[in-house]
Amino acid sequence: MKPRQQRMLAIGLAALGIAIAAGLTLRALEDNMMFFVEVSDVVAGNHPSERNFRIGGLVVGGSVQREEGSLDVSFEVTDTACTMPVVYSGVLPDLFREGQGVVAHGRIGDDGVFVADKILAKHDENYMAPEVAESLSKHQKDIQAAVARGTEGCNPNDS
Amino acid sequence: MIPEIGQFAMILALVLAAIQFVVPLVGAYRNDVAMMGVARTAATGQFVFVAIAFGCLTYAFLTDDFSVLYVANHSQLSLPTIYKISAVWGAHEGSLLLWALVLAGWTLAVARFSAGIPEAFAARVIGVLGFLSIGFLAFMILTSNPFERLVPAAIDGADLNPLLQDPGLAIHPPLLYIGYVGFSVAFAFAIAAMLSGDLDRSWARWTRPWTTVAWLFLTLGIALGSWWAYYELGWGGWWFWDAVENASFMPWLIGTALMHSLAVTEKRGLFTSWTLLLAITAFSLSLLGTFLVRSGILVSVHAFATDPTRGFFILAFLGVVVVGALALYAWRAPSLDSDAGFALLSRETFLLLNNVLLVIATAIVMYGTLAPLIYQMMDWGKISIGEPWFNFAFLIPTIPLIVLLGMGMHAAWRTQPTGTWLDVLKLPAIIGVVLGIIVPLFVYGRISVMLAVGCIAAFWILVSSLVPVIRSLRREKGATGMTRSMLGMTVAHFGMGMFVLGVTIVSAFGVESDRALSPGTSTEVAGFEFEMRELRNVTGPNYTAIEAVVDIRKDGGFIDTVRPQKRQYLVQTSPMTEAGIRAGLDKDLFVALGDQLGNGGWSVRIQYKPLIRLIWLGCLIMAIGGLIAASDRRYRVNVREKSKAPKAREATA
Repeated sequence: MKPRQQRMLAIGLAALGIAIAAGLTLRALEDNMMFFVEVSDVVAGNHPSERNFRIGGLVVGGSVQREEGSLDVSFEVTDTACTMPVVYSGVLPDLFREGQGVVAHGRIGDDGVFVADKILAKHDENYMAPEVAESLSKHQKDIQAAVARGTEGCNPNDS
Repeated sequence: MIPEIGQFAMILALVLAAIQFVVPLVGAYRNDVAMMGVARTAATGQFVFVAIAFGCLTYAFLTDDFSVLYVANHSQLSLPTIYKISAVWGAHEGSLLLWALVLAGWTLAVARFSAGIPEAFAARVIGVLGFLSIGFLAFMILTSNPFERLVPAAIDGADLNPLLQDPGLAIHPPLLYIGYVGFSVAFAFAIAAMLSGDLDRSWARWTRPWTTVAWLFLTLGIALGSWWAYYELGWGGWWFWDAVENASFMPWLIGTALMHSLAVTEKRGLFTSWTLLLAITAFSLSLLGTFLVRSGILVSVHAFATDPTRGFFILAFLGVVVVGALALYAWRAPSLDSDAGFALLSRETFLLLNNVLLVIATAIVMYGTLAPLIYQMMDWGKISIGEPWFNFAFLIPTIPLIVLLGMGMHAAWRTQPTGTWLDVLKLPAIIGVVLGIIVPLFVYGRISVMLAVGCIAAFWILVSSLVPVIRSLRREKGATGMTRSMLGMTVAHFGMGMFVLGVTIVSAFGVESDRALSPGTSTEVAGFEFEMRELRNVTGPNYTAIEAVVDIRKDGGFIDTVRPQKRQYLVQTSPMTEAGIRAGLDKDLFVALGDQLGNGGWSVRIQYKPLIRLIWLGCLIMAIGGLIAASDRRYRVNVREKSKAPKAREATA
C-alpha cells in the first residue's frame, strides 16, 4: 500500500471504531440514566414503570419500622405535600435520620411501595441533595408538621 | 496580628506575581537580558510570600486562633495536631492557598532547574506561570480570603469534618495538587514555545521530565484518594465515578496521552501541534476540575447561585486561559507541519492510537460527568448516570488500549519489520492467554468472556513488559543496558498490568453482603466465618465509639481479629463508620458496622475483596516508573554542561 492509502485505511478504521463505540455507549446510557421524580408525581402515577428512578424527600418522624434483628426496614418519605412508603433491606447510611433528607434509588412494586436498592443520606449536616431541596421548596408546606404526622390533603394532580 | 501578616504576604505575593508575569515576557519580546533576569527573582519572592501566608494560616490552626473565621469553622481545641495541620487545606479557602503554594513551588523549581534552557525561553515559561499565579492569588484575595476575622472570636471551633480526620486524606490533597498544578508547567512550556515560535524538538525534551513528574504525583494522589474512599467512606468501593473523582481523572487521562505524545515529538519531531494541544488541554482540565469542585456547580446548577462570584471567577479565568491558549495555537499550529513519515507498523502508529483511545476515554468520562448538568440546564429532567454506565463505556476504549500497549512497546521507531516483531510478541501472547484463562478458572473457580478478556489483557501487559528487561539481562556483559527512560516505561506498564489484574479479579470475585450480627453470633461470607465476639465502648481524643470485636476463621482455622467502629464525634455530632480491615496482598476482608437493629444486634457489611491491593500497588509502581523515566540522564545533560562551564573558568582563572 502507498502511504496515502495506508493513512486512508487507518482513518477509516478509526472512524468505524469510534462510530461503533459511540453507538454502544449511547445505548448503554439509556439503560443507566436515572431520573429524579418528586414524591407527589410518583403518587399521581407519573413515574417510569419499567426502570429504576430516584425519589427524595424527608423521612417522616416515627415512620421508621424495623423487624427486630432483621435487615428489613420500612419508612415513609414526604415532599411535604404527599407521602409514600419505602422498603429497603441492608445497611442504612450513617446520616439516615427521621426528619432529615434522603434519596432512594429503586422502583415501584405492585403494591405501590417503593422498593429501594440504594439509600443515600447527606454527607454532612448542612447539605441536602439539591433535587430534594428544590422539591421541598416547590411544595412549601409546613415542613415541621409534615415530618411530625405525615401529610394531609395530598393532591398530587395539583402540581 | 499573625493573620494580618498572612493577608499582607498574600497581597505582596500577588504584586510579585504581576511583576513575574509582565517584566520577563516584555524582556523576552525585546530581548532585554536584565528584564528577563527578573523572572527568577520574582518567582523566588512570590514563593517566599505565599509560603509566609501559608505558614501564618498553619500557625493560626496550631494556636487555635478562633478569631479567624476559617480556623473557627474547621478546627477545634481537642483536634489532634496532625489534623490541625491538614485542616489548613481541609476546606475551600485553605485548599486554594495550598494550590497557590504548590504553583509557586513548581515555578520556583522551574526557576532553579532551568539552567540548560535558553534565557528567553525560561523567562517566557516563568512569565506564563506568573499569569496563572495572578489568577489564583486574586481569586483568593477577592472571593475566598482564608484570613477573614471572626468578631467576636469563637470560644471553640466547629471541628474538622470527621471524614477528613484521617492520615490518608491529610496527604491526599497535597499530592493531588502537586499533580494537577504540575500540568501548568507543561502548559507554560507550550505557551512559551508558541510565543517564541521556536518549536523544535528541544522544547519537547525540556517539557518531558516536568510532565512525567506532574503525572506521577497525580497518579499517587488519585490512588490515595481511592484508597481513602475504600476504608474511610465505609463501604468498600474503590472508585465511584463520582464527579469529583472524575474531575481529577480527566487531567490524568489527558496527561497520560501527553506523556506519550511528547515521546514522539522529542524522538521524531512529529505530532508537534497535537502535543501542544494536549498540553493546553491537560491544564485546562485541571482548571475545569477546580471549577467543578470549587463552584458547587456539580452538586447542582442551582447551588451555583449560593456563591456566584466564586464560580464565575474561575469560569472567567478558565475562559481567558483556554481561549488565549487556543488563539495562540490557531495562529502558530499551521506552520508546524512536519514531512517526516512513518510506516503503518511503527511505534509512532501505536502512540497515535494510544492518544486517540485516551482522548476517547476522556470524552466518555467528561460526557458522563457533565450530562446531568446539561440535562438540567436544558430542562430535560434531573438525571444521574449510574456507575454501570461508566464501567461499561470506559472499557470500550481501554480494552484495545491495553492490547495495543503490549504490541506498541516492542515496535521500533519509524518502521518495524513484521517478522521480528511477531517473534517477540509470540511468547507473551501465549503466556498471557494461558495464564489469563488458568488463573481465574483454577485459582478462583470461574471464567466468563469479560473475565478472560480482563485477565488475558493483564497478563499480556505484565509479561510483555518483562520482555525488554529479560532481553537486556541476557545480553553479555558490557553490552549497553536499558536507558532509564526505557526502564521507567517498562516499570510503569508493569504497574498498569497489576492494576488491570486487580480491577478484573476484584470486580468479578469480590463479595459484599449485609448481615445481622449480635455478640456471640457468627455468619459466613465467601467461605469465611465472621464471629462477633463482643461489643464495647471506646473513647478517642475527640470522639466516642462503639467497637465490635470480630474474629475471622476459615475452615475452623483462626485468621485474624478486626475491630470495626461506629464513631460519634463530640463537636460535629455526626456518626462515622471506621471499617475493620484485614489487609493482605491476596485479599482484603472488610467488616463495617451499619446500624443498631435492636436486641443487641447490628447490621454489618462484610466484604471479601481478592487482589484489591493490586489496584493501589499498581498505581504506586506506575508512579515509580514515572520517577525512573524522569531521572533519565539526557534531561540533565544540558544542566551539567552549564554547571561545568563556570567551574572550568574558575579553574583557569
